[in-house]
Amino acid sequence: MSLPRYAAGRLLLGLGQVAGITTIVFVLTEALPGDAAVVIAGDHPDPARIAAIRAQLDLDQPAWQRYLDWLTDLIRGDLGVSLISQRPIVERLADSAAATLLLATVTLLVLVPLAVALGMLAARREGGRLDRAVSAVSVALYAVPEFALAILLIAVFGVRLGWLPPTAFGAELLARPAVLVLPLLVLLARPICTISRLTRAGMLDALRGEHVRHARRLGITGSRLWLRHALPGALAPVVQQLARTTDWLLGGVIVVEAVFVIPGLGTALVDAVSTRDIPTVQALCVLVAVTTVVVNLAADLVAFRLAPRIGVVR
Amino acid sequence: MIYQPVTVPRVSRRGLLGGAAAVSAALLTGCGPSADPASTSAGQPRRGGRLRAAFAGGGVNETLDPHLANLFNEASRAKAMFDKLADYGPDVSIQPRLAERWEPNSDLTRWRITLREATFHDGRPVRAVDVLYSYARITDPERAFRAKASLDLLDLPNSRAVGDRTLELALKRPFAEFPNALAAFGAYIVPEGADSFERPVGSGPFTFDSWQPGRSLLLKRYDGYWEGAAHLDELEYLISNEESARVNALLAGQVEYAHDITPTTARTHADGGRMAVVRMPNSTMQSLAMKVDRPPFDNRDLREAMFLLTDRQQLVDTVLAGSGQVGNDLFGKGYQYYADDIPQRIPDLDRARFLVDKAGARGLRIPLDTASVASGFVEAASVFADQAKQAGLVIEPALGNKDTYWKDILNSGVLASYRSGAMPIETHISQRLLTNSTTNATRWARPEFDARYAEAVSSADEATRRQAYGDMQRTLHAEGGFLIWGFADFLVATAPRVGGVSADAPANTLDWARFDKVWLG
Repeated sequence: MSLPRYAAGRLLLGLGQVAGITTIVFVLTEALPGDAAVVIAGDHPDPARIAAIRAQLDLDQPAWQRYLDWLTDLIRGDLGVSLISQRPIVERLADSAAATLLLATVTLLVLVPLAVALGMLAARREGGRLDRAVSAVSVALYAVPEFALAILLIAVFGVRLGWLPPTAFGAELLARPAVLVLPLLVLLARPICTISRLTRAGMLDALRGEHVRHARRLGITGSRLWLRHALPGALAPVVQQLARTTDWLLGGVIVVEAVFVIPGLGTALVDAVSTRDIPTVQALCVLVAVTTVVVNLAADLVAFRLAPRIGVVR
Repeated sequence: MIYQPVTVPRVSRRGLLGGAAAVSAALLTGCGPSADPASTSAGQPRRGGRLRAAFAGGGVNETLDPHLANLFNEASRAKAMFDKLADYGPDVSIQPRLAERWEPNSDLTRWRITLREATFHDGRPVRAVDVLYSYARITDPERAFRAKASLDLLDLPNSRAVGDRTLELALKRPFAEFPNALAAFGAYIVPEGADSFERPVGSGPFTFDSWQPGRSLLLKRYDGYWEGAAHLDELEYLISNEESARVNALLAGQVEYAHDITPTTARTHADGGRMAVVRMPNSTMQSLAMKVDRPPFDNRDLREAMFLLTDRQQLVDTVLAGSGQVGNDLFGKGYQYYADDIPQRIPDLDRARFLVDKAGARGLRIPLDTASVASGFVEAASVFADQAKQAGLVIEPALGNKDTYWKDILNSGVLASYRSGAMPIETHISQRLLTNSTTNATRWARPEFDARYAEAVSSADEATRRQAYGDMQRTLHAEGGFLIWGFADFLVATAPRVGGVSADAPANTLDWARFDKVWLG
């Protein structure tokens, strides 16, 4: 199968996925208990006030009517208006998306070279001391839940030793990179394990494979053999794992955002759900769905290019 | 109106990451129980500096519209940038603010209000027309502002500006406690015509500077403030719904003020010297609401048994971790008109058992509706269930949906966890204890009680009103539906160099979450 043909097929599938997800999102948010008016009214549930809020927010329209309106707007690229702020959602979410995007980019920039290098180092001597050390540390890190690691790092480095800021309160993230260090460590802990383990396994496989053995017979050795011949094949499964990691990061890692006070997409989603700001919840779900589809599409294309034989049909 | 905030996210997320602050605390201090210090090194008031205050908040979709204020941080920001005509003093009595004075006519239906000489941040004077505009906006039938219910008795078409600084407000009925409405939550005065609050202009002690929704709001001192300029140059509001993050940021010097902390945090850091804790007593009423219009609590003996079996001190010690005081089944401890001549109820299990038997309720299973909608609800329900068992009642806590909790318990069920922030006792009665009250969770409906209330609020004589409120409280104490077991302190933490944070202002009163009297030492 040629790359363009494969790409076209995947793109169509992606569009179908997004369309399906929007419907599911709408149905599920409708099914959330308690309508927005009741939640907004809080502990002063004066029936007249609830009715007024409901009318003001158009919640008195039938669900199918609101779904059609929403879908029409969505196709025009309009994500709607927040129930809480009464402002266009895009306007407010841009900042959240920027924070999440920044954190994801920095994480990936550190993660990819580090994890791939670790995996390759471990693969140099299978079962060697380095291999075992890398495995032990990365698996141990993987075993610690993010929030536990975050709390521990904050308590030790942020509060007790005072070396690093424990939260990103009010900081421009780029202007004060120090606030990113602890969140970065937490975000790296798990992916470093998966990526380095996959790289290692892929390298060992590739080094045993026909392709590399042939290269060896041709007299290619050393780093040229490793980087040019073994690595591309080894990276195909890594790329797809990386897509999953990227997707996880771009969705806004709620726990990390909450503990470190980074107002990204995860925080926005939690706030929107707890205030029953349905249009914002829907917009965020669509955003996350589109991101997932796009990232996976890109990963599949890269993997296809790296190792066409693998036939990444999904 | 309520003064609540708490319904929104903070509780669930405290649940999610509970213990985060405790870990830091353990590492920091080694964890030992001790008394509060509130020892500050702030010294004398000093001008200058930027105070960074960490609050829970509503996220990126938050608004600066003071009439929409609902959460703690929204209330605090509204009072930093705006004023009401009146506000609640430390005993929840009414203090004049933008109104210099008020005077009703003889039948209490027209109130003549004189405004102070005050200016908005853009230099325009605060005029009578601004007040009329603000109240018209709040009571707009098309909208659902929180203060609307309180100001609904205004007859705006018949109200008028008499001069620039004098106005006459007409009421739909005589109402002696009209100043309570002027102080209602969210009843802020905005400039005539203001409807967008992206860059708010008010008359408060701080002016708007910059805003990143869900992240930070920076305000600057307004030198022309009518009550005297604030000490601080700048005030920055920062947002995190995670209590541990607010506390950690304070410990690490990233903020100077952390709003709303738990008693556990207060206790663990008491001796560390890195924070001072300010307690605001009588802030949150903690209670159980019995519905008196249906079995089993339509039986007066059973209600009295409930009152008598309750070990209030145990509830305060366990549920509030000691940060509070016992209640006497009456709202508004320490507030104006509180009937403190009624003796404090003490547990009497023998009499409680006798009354349970008399009501034929021994072994009766009673569902107790609760939800994690406010801190301590679920814990209080289980502690109370243990206490009730000793008197022969089987209380079965039932966990409800926290998002719709307040509406759910309004009409259904028989017994529910309940709490309230500060408000005048008159407001508590009119909103919750009259036949036509809109949020009557105990279904207390007594024509003679309604009549006593009507008598009180149509009397211009303060002694008469005090007498009536006293009588009503005696009735409620004897046989009402609210079992009010305690009043929780409201806790904030500050850096030791912060001075001027009032310790005797219950949450929702004027001096609570107020920063123009605060300084950095």
